[in-house]
Order: sequence, then C-alpha cells, then structure tokens
Amino acid sequence: MLVEIAQIKVALSPTELVSIGLGSCIGVCLYDPFARVGGLAHVMLPASNKGLKTEYRGKFADTAVPALIVEMLKSGASARRLVAKIAGGAQMFSFPNVSEFMCIGERNLNAVLEALDKEKIPVVSQDTGKNYGRSVRFCTGTGMLHIKSIGRQIKVI
Amino acid sequence: MESYLKLNSMQLDALREVGNIGAGNAATALSKMIGSRVEMNVPDIEILPLSELVSAAGGPEACVAGVCLRFKGEASGAILFLFPAADAEQIAATLLKKRNVKFSDELSCSALTEMVNILAGSFFNALGLFTSLHFIPTVPALCIDMAGAILGSVLYSSGMSGDYVLFIKTDFRYGDKRSLGYLYLLPEAEALQVIFNALGVKQLVE
Repeated sequence: MLVEIAQIKVALSPTELVSIGLGSCIGVCLYDPFARVGGLAHVMLPASNKGLKTEYRGKFADTAVPALIVEMLKSGASARRLVAKIAGGAQMFSFPNVSEFMCIGERNLNAVLEALDKEKIPVVSQDTGKNYGRSVRFCTGTGMLHIKSIGRQIKVI
Repeated sequence: MESYLKLNSMQLDALREVGNIGAGNAATALSKMIGSRVEMNVPDIEILPLSELVSAAGGPEACVAGVCLRFKGEASGAILFLFPAADAEQIAATLLKKRNVKFSDELSCSALTEMVNILAGSFFNALGLFTSLHFIPTVPALCIDMAGAILGSVLYSSGMSGDYVLFIKTDFRYGDKRSLGYLYLLPEAEALQVIFNALGVKQLVE
C-alpha cells in the first residue's frame, strides 16, 4: 500500500506500507507488535503553525503523530504498546552559507521526535539525517522497516 | 495554495511567458557551453496536489542529478535542473572535453554545478529585463539521488507549504532529440503576485 507525501495509512498484518523517495520528508512508522497493526505517516514539514489549513493529515509532524495514533487505535492497536521507527530527514543539498530555514530535514526530525515524546511513544530504531534519499517498506507482519537508497545496501531496522 | 486553481488563462499565459523567456536565454547559453544545438518546448505550468508530486518527477526512484539554487529579491523561489544521471555524466564529459567522466569525480560535479550557475544567470537576466524585477540567485548545489526525494526537498525548503504546488517546467533536448534535462522554476506563492503585478496582470483572487 503506497503512502504518498503528507498521507497517513494504517494496515493490518501482512500488508506492507511503502513510501518512495523520502528526502527531507520523514516516514514515521508506528507498530503494535501484539495486535500486528502498523501505520505510516509521510511527514513533510515540522509544524502546522501560521494557521495553514491542509487536507493532508500527515503533512505536519506535530499533527501527523496524534492523527496516526487515532487511526492505529481504530484498527485495534493499543496506545501503550505502540513503538516507533523513523527514517528520512535528509539534507539533500548542501548549500554554502546555509541558513537555518533550509535545514528542513533536521527540523522535521526534531519535530517528529518531539511529537512522539509528547505521546510517550518510544523510538526503537531510526535511520535519519545524512544527505541521501530513502524509500521505505514497513512490514506490518514483522514490524521491520526496510530502507532502500541509491548506491547503498538495503538496511533493515 | 488552493488559489493556484483559480488562476485564469491570462495569468497562466503570463507565467508560461516568464518560463519561456528565461528558459530561451538559458538554452542559448547552454548551446554555447556544450557546442551543440539545444531545443526546448514551450514551458508547462504544472499545478499538482501534493500526493501526485513524486510521480511528476518522472519515476520517483530514478537516479537523477539535480542542481538547485534559490532566488531572492523582489520575488523569491527556486530553480531546479534535473538531468538523468547517465546524461549528466555525458554533459560533464562534454564540458570538460574528457571521456568517461564519473560523478565520483569532484571536477565533473563542479562542472555541472557551474553550468547551471551560468544558465541561471542568463535565465534571471532575461527575466529581470522582462519583468523589471530584481532577482538575486544564490550559489547552486548539486545532489545525485532519487528524483522524488530531490524534487520534494527543493519544494519544502523553498517555503512551499500549501496543499498544491505550482511549477513551470521546460524540457531541453540536444543532438538527436536526446533529452538533456528539465528546468523547473518554482516560484513561492507570494512571488506569483509580485510577478503578475510587474507584468500588469490582475492579481490573484483570494
């Protein structure tokens, strides 16, 4: 099942959730290992401030995490069993004299970690930052997150 | 911004002309640099919902070379030049008058980045004359990776945060109609208003 930019999707075992071409975006995966329910949010920006309205619930880190939890619970997951795995948040271009504004990958990562911490969901593993794109495949049967990048071996976390 | 969907045909034509004038000059500069005839299409104005963005990059996992720079001044946004990775190596080889250039070689990356720097210079010169606006381009940076990841990162770091994105896309070809790459002009929502005002086209209706 494909999760496009700014979308949220939840699936039951053994469906796989896929997001292609994560650059500065972050794939936030939540998993309930007992109920075998998995969810993926393709987060694009850190915060839903400035009163920006959106039809995409997965767009901003601060609103995507609570929305993903709600969907997980609807599909039979239990909030206290949820664990998180995250991938993405790269800095694709290294501009000279880069301003803070440009470091969108890092800001996304911080916002996601903060949102997960607020919901008391432990991050069990992550593959984040650096300067390359990632495609992710989240197996709801096993809870494993497969990460593919150009010129690199597939990583399973 | 949803207001993108309310652009009328005159506004779209104005944007197409902005892309056409800039890209036309860039094509001339490009042709001189690679010593070959360069053709281009009339720019497309693409207005896409976020969910279709990655597919628009032409095979989201395709390996491409992207050179990006931002522009500031009275109007701001970004320019992105995307080349299929294999073609980019060939262009770098042409520029350096060498054979078998690889991207592991720092010189080829630098040559390609500099080429886009020159292209962008001629792009904004032409655009400046056309609109009487002052554009200040930044130094470009290069990234070789998945097309989707590159396009996405450029958009978000350019402050584009609506549910729709607008970009002006021009296709360059050279030699035997081989695709040379795509030039994306990504104006911020506010920049559109500034450009319309400068050209005397009615403002966006909010």
